[in-house]
Amino acid sequence: MAYAEQTSTPLYRDERFLRFINQVVVVALVAGVLFFLYSNMVTALRTQKEVPISYDFLQDTAGFNLGESTIAFTRTDPIHRAMLVGLLNTFKVSIAGIVLATLLGTFIGIMRLSTNFLVSKMALVYINVFRNIPPLLLLIFWYRAIFLKLPRVQEAIVLFDPVFPVYIANRGLFFPWGTPTESWYIYRWILLGGFALALLVAYLLRQHGKRTGRMPLVTFWFVVTGLVVAVLGFMIVPDPLEFTKPALKGFNFRGGATVSLEFWALLFGLVIYTAAYIAEAVRAGILSVDRGQREAARALGYSSFNIMRLIILPQAIRVVVPPLISYAIGFTKNTSLGLAIGYTDFFAITGGLILNNTGRAVETLTIILLVYLTISLIASLILNMYNRRITLSH
Amino acid sequence: MALPTAPVTDPQTKVLPPDREGKTATAAQWIKENLFRSLFDSVLTIIAVLFLFFALRLALDWVFNLAQWDVITENINILMKGSYPGEQVWRIWLGLYLLGAIVGINLRAWNRELKRSTVAIAAIPLILALLPLASESARLNLIIIQGTIAAAYLLTSIVADQRRRQIASITSILYIPALIVLLEGFTDENGIMPLVKSDLWGGLLLSVLLAAVGIIFSLPLGIILALGRRSKQPAISALCITYIEVVRGVPLISILFMGNIMLQLFMPQSLPPIDRVIRVMVAITLFTAAYMAEIVRGGLQAIPKGQYDAAYALGYSSLKSMRIIILPQALRIVIPVIVSQFIGLLLDTTLVALVGLFDLLGIGQAILSNPNWLGRSQEVYVFIGLIYWILATGMAFASQRLEKTLGVGRNYDGAQ
Repeated sequence: MAYAEQTSTPLYRDERFLRFINQVVVVALVAGVLFFLYSNMVTALRTQKEVPISYDFLQDTAGFNLGESTIAFTRTDPIHRAMLVGLLNTFKVSIAGIVLATLLGTFIGIMRLSTNFLVSKMALVYINVFRNIPPLLLLIFWYRAIFLKLPRVQEAIVLFDPVFPVYIANRGLFFPWGTPTESWYIYRWILLGGFALALLVAYLLRQHGKRTGRMPLVTFWFVVTGLVVAVLGFMIVPDPLEFTKPALKGFNFRGGATVSLEFWALLFGLVIYTAAYIAEAVRAGILSVDRGQREAARALGYSSFNIMRLIILPQAIRVVVPPLISYAIGFTKNTSLGLAIGYTDFFAITGGLILNNTGRAVETLTIILLVYLTISLIASLILNMYNRRITLSH
Repeated sequence: MALPTAPVTDPQTKVLPPDREGKTATAAQWIKENLFRSLFDSVLTIIAVLFLFFALRLALDWVFNLAQWDVITENINILMKGSYPGEQVWRIWLGLYLLGAIVGINLRAWNRELKRSTVAIAAIPLILALLPLASESARLNLIIIQGTIAAAYLLTSIVADQRRRQIASITSILYIPALIVLLEGFTDENGIMPLVKSDLWGGLLLSVLLAAVGIIFSLPLGIILALGRRSKQPAISALCITYIEVVRGVPLISILFMGNIMLQLFMPQSLPPIDRVIRVMVAITLFTAAYMAEIVRGGLQAIPKGQYDAAYALGYSSLKSMRIIILPQALRIVIPVIVSQFIGLLLDTTLVALVGLFDLLGIGQAILSNPNWLGRSQEVYVFIGLIYWILATGMAFASQRLEKTLGVGRNYDGAQ
């Protein structure tokens, strides 16, 4: 002990102490810089506009209309409701886009692995071209160079005319749509019941498959059960939906439902771009499955469809899902490019309309950062949970 | 299909007879093997051929008959350099001569790694000069650039082998600041280099400049953030993780808006207003730094622990071992990833058109808003897309070559 006392390090050479001091200094420095920037901002705001930072403006009436909205919105609604409309529009295009991009990407990824020379090379060209073109350019191209050159409403292109007329014009895509009638609430219960039944069928099939070792097409039968109940219910219940077909009235279509060209342009542009990345992820995933797995399955007499479904894909999916989730996050962030073509997503409404109307730059940008950050954090939380699950089951 | 007969191998000979089965196969065999292997394959091939036929016919008809390319040939100058004043264009060319010199120095310094790619890279100006779009003066200038590449290459050969890489690194780092000074100018109106406000910079010049500034200035910041994130001091790593994850969690466009609107507010009021281009450059640098930090961290993780231990055993301080042993190896590993980050950033710089800058896409939009060029959107966007595609594919190809020659992933017992 005496020895230790003699050679005890002085404070200024104790590594733990130095580390502590180092951290204090760095944190103080960062805090100092941040405070300097913040105080500059406060002075600038005071001298320029004499408005302190406050979020009260969110309660003010918006004063603008929004063409694209999933919930009711008028110009007298508060600003925070406009933000909600934007957020829902962001989710709408993100969900549709992620599903489509996954399907297209998987398709192209499988094409890339085809033994057919032409098919494989076509997929290669697709991946190469769309990974090396700016996505913004792609969606502006769709919007300005293709969609806006569609015929005017009066000369709209008509598809499937008498039964299910779909009109395509430079104002959007118009198609028949049903509005709920009084008997809708009965039908709603039938739909719910059908969903429950489909779940039950899927569960029983799965159990049966596990017991016998011959896995039936669970997803297929799940969808079929749900659809059969939905269609039967629709025939039994007296008109739960009232269908209206779009009809030309003056300068626009009335009735039915509309999907705007801005939505299609954003969707097309980002799906085509993201699918190129997903294709590579799918290809890597399928290649990561050992050759022996396929050969063993073939030796056991599995058909090539069943080899893909039961042997290759379940193993490939572990490799594919993590990059897929990060592409999904990227897709959601990229929907902010809707600003360029006038799609009213969360960013275009908050950073465009609201910022310009109120001049509240600091507040709106803070809200934007927080909202996107929350979305990203939730998505990466899911990613981490998934990663933990697949590593545990190994 | 009958199995190909196995080549007869003499068990005595050590060298196996070359397996020429696939190579000497006739065209008919190849087609059967790769296009009509089964009924399903044949159907696919027929569909693919039909699709290609109609797609190609449509595309060629558009390119040669329908498209009116005068919108490109008339505006090629503005697409390349924006509103940079005509009588000052020599400064851009001077900048490119310097770039040629830098390329020449680097080609000489790294020629052992680059091998045959050297000629391909060096010949780029000559290829550009042969393009039909180039004007007489542009051709002349491109040939001068070709000359500066050759001159710099030869001059660097005089320098001793060990010094070449040092010179290459220093000149490359100094190039971008020098180019900005050259483009911006520093004298009054009558001087030799009158001020050209950066608001006038535009076109491809601005796009490439923004991406280059973003990558080069974000590298030191990214290294600091990566080291900070790996630090064992909790406060420091928490700070760095917060910065990296916040920036990576939000879209680039929101960072650009922040830079464009809020940077001015953050500065003391006594300072003069900052140019829009500079504000965007700062935003892009801060954005890229977070991604660069993750790239560098990946490189640092790939360095085996033995390297740290060896440096420690030699008595190096942690700073010195980082500077001399660890970082050079880590950065070398991640060069290909940095190149692909640069490609991504180049494509992402199109977003600056949304905050009012006239990059290549912004200039394209401006041309289309001119009533003279109404309805030429397809031509303009296809041309812009083609430029981006050529730049991105070219760099990706160079990066793949570099990856091979640098032997990335083969350094440590074949571990990736």
